[in-house]
Amino acid sequence: MRSGNANSGTRWADAELTARAQPLVEYTLRLADDALVLSQRLGEWITRAPELEEDVALANIALDLLGQARALLTYAGQTEGAGRDEDALAYLRDDREFRNVLLVEQPNGDFAVTMARQLVFAAYQYELYDRLRASADQTLAAVAAKAVKEVAYHREHAALWVCRLGDGTDESRRRMVAGLDAVRPFVDELFDTDDLISQLGAVAVDPADLREPWAAYVDAVLTDVGLELPDPDHTARGGRLGLHGEALGYLLAEMQHLHRSHPGASW
Amino acid sequence: MDGSDEQEAAFYAIIDADGRIEPRDDMPEAYRRSLVRQIAQHAHSEIIGMQPEGNWISRAPSLRRKAILLAKVQDEAGHGLYLYAAAETLGVSRDELLDKLHTRRQKYSSIFNYPTLTWADVGAIGWLVDGAAITNQIPLTRCSYGPYARAMVRICKEESFHQRQGFEALLALTRGTPEQKAMAQDALNRWWYPSLAMFGPPDTEGGGAKRSTHTEQSMRWGIKRFSNDELRQRFVDMTVPQADVLGLRMPDPDLRWNDERGHYDFTPPDWDELFAVINGDGPCNAQRIEHRVSAHHEGQWVRDAASAYAAKRQRHLEGVA
Amino acid sequence: MSGMWPLWEVFIRARRGMSHIHVGSLHAPDAEMALRHARDVYTRRGEGVSIWVVPSSQITASSPDEKDAFFDPAADKIYRHPTFYDVPADAPHL
Repeated sequence: MRSGNANSGTRWADAELTARAQPLVEYTLRLADDALVLSQRLGEWITRAPELEEDVALANIALDLLGQARALLTYAGQTEGAGRDEDALAYLRDDREFRNVLLVEQPNGDFAVTMARQLVFAAYQYELYDRLRASADQTLAAVAAKAVKEVAYHREHAALWVCRLGDGTDESRRRMVAGLDAVRPFVDELFDTDDLISQLGAVAVDPADLREPWAAYVDAVLTDVGLELPDPDHTARGGRLGLHGEALGYLLAEMQHLHRSHPGASW
Repeated sequence: MDGSDEQEAAFYAIIDADGRIEPRDDMPEAYRRSLVRQIAQHAHSEIIGMQPEGNWISRAPSLRRKAILLAKVQDEAGHGLYLYAAAETLGVSRDELLDKLHTRRQKYSSIFNYPTLTWADVGAIGWLVDGAAITNQIPLTRCSYGPYARAMVRICKEESFHQRQGFEALLALTRGTPEQKAMAQDALNRWWYPSLAMFGPPDTEGGGAKRSTHTEQSMRWGIKRFSNDELRQRFVDMTVPQADVLGLRMPDPDLRWNDERGHYDFTPPDWDELFAVINGDGPCNAQRIEHRVSAHHEGQWVRDAASAYAAKRQRHLEGVA
Repeated sequence: MSGMWPLWEVFIRARRGMSHIHVGSLHAPDAEMALRHARDVYTRRGEGVSIWVVPSSQITASSPDEKDAFFDPAADKIYRHPTFYDVPADAPHL
């Protein structure tokens, strides 16, 4: 459901699009940056997870996402043809050039907030990659074929935890409800569509097509434990246009600092 | 054991035949306690060791290095789990062992009380610390207690991968810019002596030839196969040529090949410093434990929730309203 | 310790044609999580095809050798009882 806000996603995207000469690069960066930024966030849980087994599980997910990001960034760089490799794209772009959705750059919060984010996003990625396997672009199709198995696992992991937190103790339920509240404002942006998508035709997956199957999965999980996604009290978007929140700046500063301190060096 | 001569003889017969003691075998109480402590401290080392390296995951200078480091730290969590599992076969629970770690009644390898100040430290840990760990651990794959030996086989396979990656990360630095090379040299300067100290103090009494009681007992039980000094020498002999390949200078002016002995002569680490660090006076002791305790404490509500959910499902299955 | 997850034993069959082998144990609150954890921890290198998880308490073990004179029929669990050895808090080297 589109919010009644006058600043609709479609209108913002149109304005930016005229500046974009390479739609395929732009589209690939969206997918890549989603995976890269979320991987960075999940990495922050290592040594801090609620149980050792979860350190392993979260590291697994972070590694999968990083692998997706690397494949997509490499492809974006090749397609662009300006000599930028995966590292040039990851470490030398500024916030305004990142194309991830706002959801993935949000701070981790507690474990319930992270699992709420995981449920929403992994379920979205599942629907996305499931359809992207049929992309007219061979490389994107191949990346999707591998990734869909990974995110099926991620989605299931999130569902397991949302159920246990939602129907565990009073405290965990309270936190799970708060977690869903925290991520809700960032959900709608996942399903925004724009002219870039229509321009790419059979290469891209239209995010708007993903909402229904996504909702079917997420609602089933939540209903099982008597939870639901609340109505948003506001909706945040802008990530696809490089209009991020303040948190991304700090995330990128930490991620990029060492690389940028040694220009031209190999590691 | 109840002190029965037959049981004790059966136990030593297995040890002397280089066989394996398994969880339900009769064993001297002291053997069991010694193993619980050793395996637990080994497990604690793996999970505390995740911190100094995990410190650089978010800042790794290339995506490939980030992936390698994430995989390595993930492996360490896994190793900790294998080792806690081995310890639990001896009649303790992981929770008890973690509690001992958190209250400092059990320790972890003192090497992890040093800070990782630069990216090169990550490479140095892979090369030196994992190298020392492997030197220590290969003999343990033949230790007398079955579950521990089998866990060590799994761990050693994965650890050799880590050591190579650490070496490779340093090689990229020494073949890189002057700043990168200086970073690598600085890391070696700081990590060399602590790595030597990882093997523990000399296990001879008064510097003579007589081994300490603890080492003697450990060897009689087939837990320890080589002395601390023998392992330390093995590590030095293996590592010095690797430093040459890296083009790094060892921070020991007296390190040199001794033809007569067929080994490298080297300056031993400062034992006073080692004991100070073991006893809590290292740069990061408080921080490592605080971090660990904090994570455990903050995770309590999550663990409780999972237990509560399982209990509800179980009651539901059993037909209780 | 409150909220402690029970212990499960993990068995992996690495390839078709082989049988399941005991690879270790882990803690999990229930069977679903135990399977997931087993997959994450024991097959990280893609080693496993089939995984069995069994609560440790559900396993009955035989005596290590058949010397009935020394076999305590009550102690038929795979590991020594956690409460069987009560170590005093001030015991050295523990």
